[in-house]
Amino acid sequence: MKKIEAIIKPFKLEEVKDALSEIGIQGMTVTEVKGFGRQKGHTEIYRGSEYTVDFLPKVKIEVVLSDDLAEKAIDAIVKSAKTGKIGDGKVFVLPIEQAIRIRTDETGEKAV
Amino acid sequence: MKKIMLMLYCFTTALLVPSALADEAAASAVITTATSTAPAPDPAPPRDPTIEERVTDIEAVMNQSAPTADKRASKVSISAGDNAWVLTSSALVLMMTGPGLALFYGGLVRSRNVLSTMMHSLFLMAFVSVLWVIYGYSMAFAPGNAFFGSLNQYFMLNGVGAAPNATYSGTIPQQTFMLFQLMFAIITPALISGAFAERMKFSAFVVFMIAWVTIVYFPLAHMVWGDGGLFNWAAGGKIPALDFAGGTVVHISSGVSALVCALVLGKRVGYPSQPMLPHNVVLSLIGATLLWVGWFGFNAGSALNAGSLASSAFAATHFATAAAALGWAGTEWVLKGKPSVLGLASGMVAGLVAITPASGFVSVPSALVIGVVAGVACYLMVSKVKAAFGYDDSLDAFGVHGIGGTIGALLTGVFASGAVNSAIAGKFEGGMAQLWNQAKAVGTSWILAAVATFVILKVIDATIGLRVSEEDETQGLDVTQHGEEAYNN
Repeated sequence: MKKIEAIIKPFKLEEVKDALSEIGIQGMTVTEVKGFGRQKGHTEIYRGSEYTVDFLPKVKIEVVLSDDLAEKAIDAIVKSAKTGKIGDGKVFVLPIEQAIRIRTDETGEKAV
Repeated sequence: MKKIMLMLYCFTTALLVPSALADEAAASAVITTATSTAPAPDPAPPRDPTIEERVTDIEAVMNQSAPTADKRASKVSISAGDNAWVLTSSALVLMMTGPGLALFYGGLVRSRNVLSTMMHSLFLMAFVSVLWVIYGYSMAFAPGNAFFGSLNQYFMLNGVGAAPNATYSGTIPQQTFMLFQLMFAIITPALISGAFAERMKFSAFVVFMIAWVTIVYFPLAHMVWGDGGLFNWAAGGKIPALDFAGGTVVHISSGVSALVCALVLGKRVGYPSQPMLPHNVVLSLIGATLLWVGWFGFNAGSALNAGSLASSAFAATHFATAAAALGWAGTEWVLKGKPSVLGLASGMVAGLVAITPASGFVSVPSALVIGVVAGVACYLMVSKVKAAFGYDDSLDAFGVHGIGGTIGALLTGVFASGAVNSAIAGKFEGGMAQLWNQAKAVGTSWILAAVATFVILKVIDATIGLRVSEEDETQGLDVTQHGEEAYNN
């Protein structure tokens, strides 16, 4: 089993979700995060004082899936999240030791 | 600290109980002892008015002037229209503090301090009200000398009832006048809280406020508006200065005190390297617009009647504010490239502050000028001067109220017109002489506020301490001073 963590631009979330369900992925966990890479921040002004805001809002998607789906999922994410501009994000792949479905006590690939 | 609160409680209860008992005793004694206790004979009551005179008195009130019942009684005193407007204005001014100022300041601080910031305004609504009853109104508005009234004439508001006090307004109950003035006494100290937000101990705040209103506000209100006050142009002041609704009494006093607070308390931990952004600009915008609407009570209500002077003060207030908002936003657009909505709202407040002393004395075109000058000047003050000097006036109480109030008070001496307000015609109109009087009142306000605030702060710092610990400040005042969090989901 593998876990895919993808950091993407927030407005791309719907597209990525739709692309993943097209290849059969039923569930995911989504978190709102802040971060930056090469994309620069911006300046905001309050009462005449300028502030440089480095952190940009991003969305992190976490999906745990069986090994055979991993390549297709990564492909789907990358294609749907890409805009071609700096700040599109990154995808990471991690190995998963064990997975358990709480309702039925199923373990392993049956649980994802 | 708990001992101080306990002492204050006992002291106030000790005052209230005998006063309540005395009221009852006096009411029952009046019927039986009126003639026997008076040491000297009462002067003969004034003669009754004729029908003609009664009609003249009614016409006077209908035409918005008080009946001049010289050497005779009058059967007309209260004007329903005047009383309705001044009562409404009192409510509007209270709304300016809560929720107006509470929201305006609350939105500008970090979320961990929003409740403590709002507490400053809300607490004063209650606290100053009680002080006002006990001795505040008496100290500010009873006749006394040029600098303060008296501590006992209107103690516990004794004698402040339905009868008008002709020195201030002949057509409304003195009780209405007292209520209207109370709302000013509440908002003035609340304005200062912008300078020490996010770092002052609540106990120190309470002690500071009781000292500040007693030493600065009540005497200054007496000097500018009280019977016999030094600067009161309408009641025998030796240095007649024009301050229609509180440029000196409210804005300069609070703004300058704010600067001193910012300097004595010092900067917030992490200022200015750490960005401290407003946690909710929306709240501040709601607050600022509530201030605009409420300010009509502040300025137009200061006419103390519902006649044409109230209309002209309303108009001057409104148009100055509009001009100032555009002045600030326009300057920001040109200098920074984008007009911020918080800037527009701040410009509004700057205009409201500047027009306050001038509102009942200037024409609409003059109001536009005052507004624009204040909007641009306060923007530069807040964006350039504050950064250059490096002091942490967290919510720009000095930059907007201190500077805006000074500009407005001085420009009143330039633009005051007898055509707008006939009471000053030929005597206190705009010009070098009046400008000089304005400068004296402005200077006195600056000095009184600065010196008194400095001394009060130093005394408090030496006894109970002014600031919270650095750890408490980092955690946030809501949790450490009040045991609450604003946003729990």
